[in-house]
Amino acid sequence: MIISLNWLKTYVSVETDPENLAERMTMTGLEVEALYDRLAYLKSVVVGRLTQITPHPNADKLKICRVDIGNKTIPVVCGAPNVQVGAKFPCALAGTCLPGGITVEPAVIRGTASEGMLCSERELGLGKDSAGLMALDDDLEAGLSLALALGLSDMVFEIGLTPNRPDCLSFIGIAREVAALTGSRLTLPALEMPLNSGAIDEMAAVDIKAPELCPRYATRLLTQIKVAPSPFWLQDRLISIGLKPINNIVDITNFVMMETGQPLHAFDFDRLSGHRIVVRTAGGNESFTTLDGKTHHLNEETLMICDAEKPVAVAGVMGGENSEIADSTRHVLIESAYFDPVSIRKTAKRLGINTDASHRFERGVDPEGTIYALERAARLMADVCGGTLIKGLIDAYPNPVEIHPIELDPDRANKHLGTDLSASEMQALLESVDFTVTQTETGRLSVLAPSFRVDVSRPEDLMEEIARLWGYNRIVTTFPKTRVQTRLPNRARIVKESIKDIMCGFGFNEAINYSFTARAACDRLALPQDDEKRRLLDILNPLTEEQAVMRTSLVPGLLETLQRNLAHQIKDLKLFETGKIFLSNGQEHLPEETETLAALWSGNRKPAGWHTQAEPCDFYDLKGVAESLIESLNVAAPVFIPLPADRAAYMRAGCSAAIQLNETEIGVIGEINPTVLNNFDLKQTAFVLELNLHRLMPMIPDVPEFSPIPKFPGVSRDITLIVDGAVAAGDILRCINDSNEPLLENVSIFDLYSGPPIAEGKKSISFRLMYRSSAETLADETINRIHDNLTAHLIHTFNASLPA
Amino acid sequence: MDKTIDDIQAEALAALESAETAEEVGRLSVRYLGRKGLVTQYLRNISSLPENERPDAGKKANQTKKILEQAIKSAEKRIAAQQKTELVGGVDVTLPGRPAPRGHMHPITQITRRICDIFVRMGFDIVEGPEVESDYYNFEALNIPKNHPARDMQDTFYIAENIVLRTHTSPLQVRMMEQYPPPLRVVAPGKVYRCDSDLTHTPMFHQIEGLLVDEEVSFGDLKGVLTEFVQKVFDPDTSIRFRPSFFPFTEPSAEVDIQCVMCRGRGCKVCSHTGWLEVLGCGMVHPALFENVGYDTRRYCGFAFGMGIERIAMLKYGINDIRLFFESDDRFLRQF
Repeated sequence: MIISLNWLKTYVSVETDPENLAERMTMTGLEVEALYDRLAYLKSVVVGRLTQITPHPNADKLKICRVDIGNKTIPVVCGAPNVQVGAKFPCALAGTCLPGGITVEPAVIRGTASEGMLCSERELGLGKDSAGLMALDDDLEAGLSLALALGLSDMVFEIGLTPNRPDCLSFIGIAREVAALTGSRLTLPALEMPLNSGAIDEMAAVDIKAPELCPRYATRLLTQIKVAPSPFWLQDRLISIGLKPINNIVDITNFVMMETGQPLHAFDFDRLSGHRIVVRTAGGNESFTTLDGKTHHLNEETLMICDAEKPVAVAGVMGGENSEIADSTRHVLIESAYFDPVSIRKTAKRLGINTDASHRFERGVDPEGTIYALERAARLMADVCGGTLIKGLIDAYPNPVEIHPIELDPDRANKHLGTDLSASEMQALLESVDFTVTQTETGRLSVLAPSFRVDVSRPEDLMEEIARLWGYNRIVTTFPKTRVQTRLPNRARIVKESIKDIMCGFGFNEAINYSFTARAACDRLALPQDDEKRRLLDILNPLTEEQAVMRTSLVPGLLETLQRNLAHQIKDLKLFETGKIFLSNGQEHLPEETETLAALWSGNRKPAGWHTQAEPCDFYDLKGVAESLIESLNVAAPVFIPLPADRAAYMRAGCSAAIQLNETEIGVIGEINPTVLNNFDLKQTAFVLELNLHRLMPMIPDVPEFSPIPKFPGVSRDITLIVDGAVAAGDILRCINDSNEPLLENVSIFDLYSGPPIAEGKKSISFRLMYRSSAETLADETINRIHDNLTAHLIHTFNASLPA
Repeated sequence: MDKTIDDIQAEALAALESAETAEEVGRLSVRYLGRKGLVTQYLRNISSLPENERPDAGKKANQTKKILEQAIKSAEKRIAAQQKTELVGGVDVTLPGRPAPRGHMHPITQITRRICDIFVRMGFDIVEGPEVESDYYNFEALNIPKNHPARDMQDTFYIAENIVLRTHTSPLQVRMMEQYPPPLRVVAPGKVYRCDSDLTHTPMFHQIEGLLVDEEVSFGDLKGVLTEFVQKVFDPDTSIRFRPSFFPFTEPSAEVDIQCVMCRGRGCKVCSHTGWLEVLGCGMVHPALFENVGYDTRRYCGFAFGMGIERIAMLKYGINDIRLFFESDDRFLRQF
């Protein structure tokens, strides 16, 4: 809502300065978002005295004026007829932006320098006269700014209104608040209310067919008016709040809407067939052209204002081309109505029209303000546009809105707010904004909200009124009484956060990518057609195609991040992200939201330096991260199972694996395949890990299990096996572990070799086995026997040989 | 004796002065003060001098020895200073070490943790909830009926007519009250979505919601908790003000402004020259919510609050562009 202070002052006196007023408005709930002087340009328009006038050598109609602007005299080329030596006129200095959009600049006009601009009323936005320069009183001092000389300024308040305060979508509404917070009086334009009958009944009729959507419809009729441009004062009012004057009739409806908050509409009475207004919902398949020239298809829910034959306006939203005020209009029917907010909102949304009228109706106008606004507009039209105001009005108001008293318990209000106000203090605060309050015998307050306060229906609403008018910042700051009992900490979150800590510890930076991605992301990832990650959830109104579905994997986001960083020459990247993926259960159902971790490693393993050669990272680097992460969570060692080509999807077959824990797949790991690298425009390879935290979480113990520290020394023995190149090291390890030898404590691989002298197609793998007993120091013979047996078993199982 | 002790001293001092390497100084040290050094030999030879000359000569030679020891030390210092990197054994401690892995936590994670931590210390539990929400939890149960103008306050991404991407973390208020009986103290951090993207808006961002329900909770208590929070997350002397506002799910509602952390309230670009920054929305829980979840409105009341985490992070770190949070530029991430 835009408010001009000069206009506002016609309803309430404002003694305080505008900045202070703005601050106080903000602190009572009317947030002033901007405050400026709309006439600020008058500060660089000065009183100029003409000291000399000479004809322009190159133009008959122009004259060269010497203008005394106080500290010096400047040349100004001017074509106005009323220039005269010794006279004083407004002179806009270089840099002034005039309301018409002209910026005054030093210029050479037909070969003659001109350093300013002598102005007419109209050019200064101070009046209508454009015939000649605006004459100034002789006693004004040359060089004084017009702002000071004439005392001209108009502060404009831009107020960010919350949707609960439609009553403040008007000057009177704001003035009421200002009166309450400054203690001054609200003065409304005095009007004598007309009788609800008269000659109008003979000339026009109103028929409400949909009373639940249109509880009230009132009209007055003016005949023999003359449509013309509005007088300056009216145009200026509208311009002051950014509205464009159109003609006197339309301007008055807009002026009164801004004054009272009640939207009005004026019909060309001659164009209303049957001189009737019928308020009804649209029939099926109707279409209608609004006065902006757009044609709309209506549905059965759309409330229409019709005449005896046809629709003439979309109720509360916009009038029709077929009945709009034209220069030739002679008789005018003014509409002032109250429409159901929900109905207007639905229509405005559906038609994609947002007007000052619909904005107010959908938030709720004052159902008891209908007649005041109607009368105000009718009187103004009679004054401004000539014509005859037909006696009486039609006020179709079949079911008057009832206002129920709200009971307020002052004790409860004080407890709720943390205040210590008496019932009388509360009463005074409420009465300052026109609530009607009576104290009951039990010490409670019975409160009637004014009809324009459609947002107030409960005691809590009254408490808010009391609190904001008393001042939120005067309420004493206290602390809640604490309770000792707590709930168990949120395990899922603790695990998720510790995973972030661990990943950072491994040197990975945390990324956060958008939860939406492109529909094409699945194809870019080369996912099989039946992959569950193709269960995409669509966004009905995405901002871009690249953000049209919810992500079903964190991998595309990380690959795009890699791509962006590569574009900035950042080539060594270790990134991770935790977040949800969304698998659709159908658009009409909530999706499965799965907490996921993904990590990406690309480029060099370590930054090159005097100590380290640059070496590209590989599968085992990221696998080590996966193993260490899972180990850090105190979960048993996972199993890595090679992914067959048809399941590897975006990863290279032969360089990718599923990660299993207790027979459950908890993730995948591998190298991005060349096709996918190409799809994401990546010039270097990357390794990716994805873990399903939702599945992993239940396997994570609260604390690790302690086992006693061994008392006796262990003995280590090595085995080197030469096996076929295709034998998986993990199979041999599993075979060793599966031997269930109680004395075997652990086994590790310490060497891997292929090449001469080992036969082609073979490799040698060396294992170190640690044996230990918790009961004694082991004798060599015991170990040798066990170790030899195990060695023989492995040779047999894997068709292995021992090194020569 | 060929040379006098004075000659030896002069010669040694001159040699030390012109020595350029530590090795040279080492050799000189051996040549004069070593076991077979000139000064050592001179001292040994004193016994062969006439008895009356011995005390003076001994005294003198010992003086020379001391002087040369000093000179050797200062020569060593001089050379070490000249050739800092030249080492004799040991390590060059000035070479960079082998870097230990160090990852960087996203600033949003770090700020979320700080914020949660403050509330956890005040007895709040941390909860989380779904990001794709039903219209009921995101709007209806929060007292925002369909076709209410308050829906315009948030640009919503729709999945279906009755399913949305949550536009705020406030659905957790209702979900928590449905799940647990009062009293309740929770904070709910998480991602939220708005159909809005420009210089100052990203379509996804983070919020944290807070809810406290108990007997006898007042607006004054809300002020207390949030003042405590603001002064812990920003400076302890940060001024704070509560301004009436509107949220359909709180009554009374307030916006919380803090004194601009950039200009300390003097007025700057960040605070649009007002000296204040809007950081939080809050209010007393609207009784309609309690009715929706079946809480006894006569017995219980509570307050709720919500804030944008990016906003807090931008103010704390001085980040001027919200889009940086979601570009994961390594040069950005490494700063935190």
